[in-house]
Amino acid sequence: MGEFNVWTSLPAVAPEIGLTILAAVVLLLDAYLPKEKNRARNIAFVSAVSMAVLALTPFIWAPAPNTSELFWGGMVRHDALGQLFDVMILLAGAITVMIAVDDSGVGRRGEFHLIVIIVTLGGCILSSSADLVMIFVALETVSIPLYVLAAFRREDNKSSESGLKYFLFGSFASAILLYGFSFLYGLTGSTQLTAIAAGLNSEIVSGNLVAVLAALLMVIVGFGFKISAVPFHFWTPDVYEGAPTPVTAFVSVASKAGSFAVFMRFLIEAFGLPAVSADATSTLVVIDGQTIQTFWVNLLTVFSILSMTVGNVLALRQKNFKRLLAYSSIAQAGYTLMGLAALQAQSAIGQDIAMASITFYMFMYTFTNLVIFAGIILFVEATGRENIADFAGLQRRSPWLALAMTIGLLSLAGIPPAAGFFGKLFLFQAAVEANLVGLAMIGVLNAIVALYYYLIIIKIMYVDQGIDEDKPLAMPRSYAWVLGITSVVIIILGVIPTPIFDLAQQGAAAVRLAMGS
Amino acid sequence: MPPAVPTEFFVMLSMILFALGAMGVLLRKNAILVFMSVELMLNSANLALAAFARQWNEMDGHIFVFFVMTVAAAEVAIGLALIVAIFRHKQSINIDDLHQLEG
Repeated sequence: MGEFNVWTSLPAVAPEIGLTILAAVVLLLDAYLPKEKNRARNIAFVSAVSMAVLALTPFIWAPAPNTSELFWGGMVRHDALGQLFDVMILLAGAITVMIAVDDSGVGRRGEFHLIVIIVTLGGCILSSSADLVMIFVALETVSIPLYVLAAFRREDNKSSESGLKYFLFGSFASAILLYGFSFLYGLTGSTQLTAIAAGLNSEIVSGNLVAVLAALLMVIVGFGFKISAVPFHFWTPDVYEGAPTPVTAFVSVASKAGSFAVFMRFLIEAFGLPAVSADATSTLVVIDGQTIQTFWVNLLTVFSILSMTVGNVLALRQKNFKRLLAYSSIAQAGYTLMGLAALQAQSAIGQDIAMASITFYMFMYTFTNLVIFAGIILFVEATGRENIADFAGLQRRSPWLALAMTIGLLSLAGIPPAAGFFGKLFLFQAAVEANLVGLAMIGVLNAIVALYYYLIIIKIMYVDQGIDEDKPLAMPRSYAWVLGITSVVIIILGVIPTPIFDLAQQGAAAVRLAMGS
Repeated sequence: MPPAVPTEFFVMLSMILFALGAMGVLLRKNAILVFMSVELMLNSANLALAAFARQWNEMDGHIFVFFVMTVAAAEVAIGLALIVAIFRHKQSINIDDLHQLEG
């Protein structure tokens, strides 16, 4: 870590500092702006534009692409992967605020936007943390405000219920995670992830294999809850359906992206990577002759298969659009877990692709989910109904809305030219590089099953006859902007994925080199 | 000077507390009792952290405990507010009564 220099350390937390200032400004605006009709709307625009501008800071104060350095006493890493996750979480925050503006339950209240900013702040810290204390605090900075957001419509029974369920399950998972952390600290005497790896590899820990595995299992349970992987997914459908729709959108992208980022960092930094060539050194943690990585790779492979299959099969019989997207998001978590399992690859390129494919998947998933949720909010605000059958004839009522949602659904299904195609392709490629051909096959089969329920929605929107097709849907300008921008981003990522993927791959190589393997 | 009480004792106690808390979460039906059990689990982790910190003779664990206590306090504030909000609707905080969302 060397000498502490505040000026060289600041870029590592530039977006976080900006968000903290923004949160204070929005809090004051909310308290002192005169009461008038457009008050909450103005606050929303200030928040959204500021977050979109802050999404530039990771590029202005970019880390050198081939380094992954520790800053602030080993608390955070500053590297290209963290940079990409910061960008997607900040943009997710900005878009969420924009699509919440006209939502009758949440957008008219200034504090909603403040809480979104705080979740974004937590997500940005989370995606670059490198220390158990930092991970725990950042994870709770994301989760606790999200419990509030889920229950934001207090007058609505469903919303309070989803908030309480989210809270009880979430805090239970956090407690399990924390207990795992306490054991990792107890075994190694350090809270810094790479120091934990060194500690686990030393003589002191030998004979404590069971304790290490138990701690690792508890941490996996905690993270598995946050990314809604089967078998820790029970909260997902209820929270997705009951929470106000902008909140559902935000939970499904920001919290998930941040958790995947930190889960990946945790597994890599605390349990090591295999050697990439014959003369390179392996950083894998080996206790009593057992490689810990084999344990978690097998476990995550099982979770990945379960999540994909359970998510897709249960999604087939859903009638509520938000509930369908909940099961779809469980399945998407399953695909992404494939990338984590692929970290067992024994080649440099394999490991890099594994990390980069997770990053790219989360990047495109952020925009994909937000475009669909923006469409749902717009539709539900106009009609008050959120069943899939109610979307019949949407194309005649609002052709542009139907087109944007189609792009989103194609991307979730993984059909070119939408970005989801490359997202899935990279993940399958990573799995094949890591000799997980069977897992990749199951992933492909699942993607085919998923095609059915995504395409049927498109068919309903374009072919089926709706009851009030002659009533066009009005499209407020803020939604038009969001739908336009996100659709264009999805298409651009689907046609030229290389800039983002290359940056992610450079970042991955930097993380791998920083680990010393 | 070796500590008067060995670290293992503290760890055993923390495991017992953790198991009690986890059982409480899984078996209790009253939202406040479930929530209390979660707090018990957090505090069992705190006990383990403090005991390990003494064992290693380092401050990291003690500092971790402070952060956990702060987070737990925030969680209490949010959790009780949510439970009150539910109680206003249903006049009950039994988690079996939460069945608006199913399917």
